[in-house]
Amino acid sequence: MPKMSIAEAIRQGIREEMRRDARVFCLGEDIGIQGGFGGAFTVTLGLSEEFGHERILDTPISEAAIAGLAIGSAVCGMRPIADVQYGDFLFEMMDQLANQAAKLRYMSGGTLSVPMVMRAPVGATGRGSQHAQSLEAFFTHVPGLKVVCPATAYDAKGLLKAAVRDDDPVLIFEHKLLYGSKGARSEKGALSPIGEVPDEDYIVPIGVGAVRRTGKDVTIVANLLMLYRSLAAAETLAQKGIEAEVIDPRTLVPLDKNLILDSVRKTGRLLIVEEDNLTNGWVAEVAALMADEGFAWLDAPIKRVAAPDVPPPFAPPLERAYVPDEQRIVDAVLSML
Amino acid sequence: MGTNEIALYQTMVLIRRFEETVNELYMQGRIPSTLHLYIGQEAVAAGVCSALNLDDYVLTTHRPHGHALAKGVEAKAIMAELFGKATGTCKGKGGSMHVGDIRVGVFPAIAIVGGNVPIAAGAALSAKMMKNGRVAVSFFGDGAANEGDWHEAMNVAALWKLPMLFVCENNLYAASTPYKAAFNIETIARRADAYGMPGVVVDGNDVLAVHRVAQQAVERARAGEGPTLIECRTYRQCGHSRSDPRTYRTQIEEAEWKTKDPIVNFRKYLLEELHVDENSLRQVDEKVEADLREAIAYADASPLPAADDLYSDVYTPTSEGGRHA
Repeated sequence: MPKMSIAEAIRQGIREEMRRDARVFCLGEDIGIQGGFGGAFTVTLGLSEEFGHERILDTPISEAAIAGLAIGSAVCGMRPIADVQYGDFLFEMMDQLANQAAKLRYMSGGTLSVPMVMRAPVGATGRGSQHAQSLEAFFTHVPGLKVVCPATAYDAKGLLKAAVRDDDPVLIFEHKLLYGSKGARSEKGALSPIGEVPDEDYIVPIGVGAVRRTGKDVTIVANLLMLYRSLAAAETLAQKGIEAEVIDPRTLVPLDKNLILDSVRKTGRLLIVEEDNLTNGWVAEVAALMADEGFAWLDAPIKRVAAPDVPPPFAPPLERAYVPDEQRIVDAVLSML
Repeated sequence: MGTNEIALYQTMVLIRRFEETVNELYMQGRIPSTLHLYIGQEAVAAGVCSALNLDDYVLTTHRPHGHALAKGVEAKAIMAELFGKATGTCKGKGGSMHVGDIRVGVFPAIAIVGGNVPIAAGAALSAKMMKNGRVAVSFFGDGAANEGDWHEAMNVAALWKLPMLFVCENNLYAASTPYKAAFNIETIARRADAYGMPGVVVDGNDVLAVHRVAQQAVERARAGEGPTLIECRTYRQCGHSRSDPRTYRTQIEEAEWKTKDPIVNFRKYLLEELHVDENSLRQVDEKVEADLREAIAYADASPLPAADDLYSDVYTPTSEGGRHA
């Protein structure tokens, strides 16, 4: 089976969907310019050669227009895959996403759908406060949107394809340190997991999480980069005789809550890890869910590990203190036992 | 295509009488929320929509009744929506500020000022990509032309030669703010030049003038030559919303605009210039009244939404759908 990076897997997913369905097209900044980057992290590299500039649309730097173009064309029968260079730029199109894309179906009494995809890179990577935020939680708070966050190459292709085929607006959050972007666009300190990605057509259903490591002592729920740090922490804990079960939610809306509940029923302990600021992150929602529906199974208080409530900083030692690391996860687990 | 003056008259009278009627119903407490009435601006909706086909797209604003009626959304479905009934255009989930019917090309109205403009560009993009010959119209007020979304959409529409019309209804006030307090230019149409598209100023109270300009812009759009900005100079004869006492403008100004009433003057033109038989206009008036009575009866008789309807239509049933599935 071919092995590839997440950037390559998403690219393959886009390519397959565009070959399969003439309604699918891409739009964004710097995505298809000849001699350009193929998007900020090389995901769309080479696609304009195959599909032409009629289907790989390079837009002006106009995020509200990008979102509006995606929404309007989606309602009228197209299947747009839009992207922003950095997730932080989603705020530039917040009205279009939160007031328009999310609500048009409801406001219309269910007479139309908005089948659009919006891809957004997240994660702190030495770029200071405005190219670094992890914004998944914002969008989990808006009914009408779906929120996915693939952490492996297999999932990246499968979730992208599921998102394109989904009839509702789907936001895909991708982590800069997981892409495996190459050349001038490679990221310092990147993890760049390489994974097996079947050449054939498959989807990863939206709303289904995955158990990445089984264990009986504690459940750790973590997405994107934090999944890998949690897996590393689980390895360290295993050496101390503590068996952590690690769950990758893969989708935050809709959330595979039974997967989490079933795991905690077994382990009796829940730690949730995210790179976003602590207060009102999606981890808080998972904690509340647990308190509501699984309180009786808990042998210890629910714990959260997240970035502190400060903007993402620039200087490497500050950024290291900001992004949760393996040690914080290990310490949190130890405090629960 | 010859201009059908009687149809234009009928559309305008329907809009005027619809708005006057819902205003009375509102005062009687039979409509449960505020209304943004279109009285005085009827020539814009009628003039532009008469230049469109059924499958062309219209995006409208928080003041949408006129555009929806002119594009063919049923009066009774709009009425039922204003009553908050399950048979309304949005099953009671939208209300006055979100009426629309995608089956006749009208998106649910977008009540965020300027918010509909990039979406209209998206509808136009779909027409261009699908080569289906459709055009999209974005209606907006003067206030919207100072929103960032408007400028982004203007630029990309001109750049990509999207088949669309930017129809500005400059009614001289953005809520209570006079045009001069928000613009340092004499016309909004001038801004078209900055983006590389034609900009036209037209008397927005002259339905034939609006229709002619719109028709040219539609032809240009269908021919692949790109968008046009049309600034219709008009006047909102009523307040911004139902709670507006209009103390920011003078009665003299209001009286002056009353003499430019688009329907009164067009009726006069039909009778005096085109020698239309007054009886035929009376028949139109009566037909409108009958349609409105039917619309009210329909809205009255319709059921309210069930409490469970709250939860439907957030996601599409065909997709995996649902929060916390």
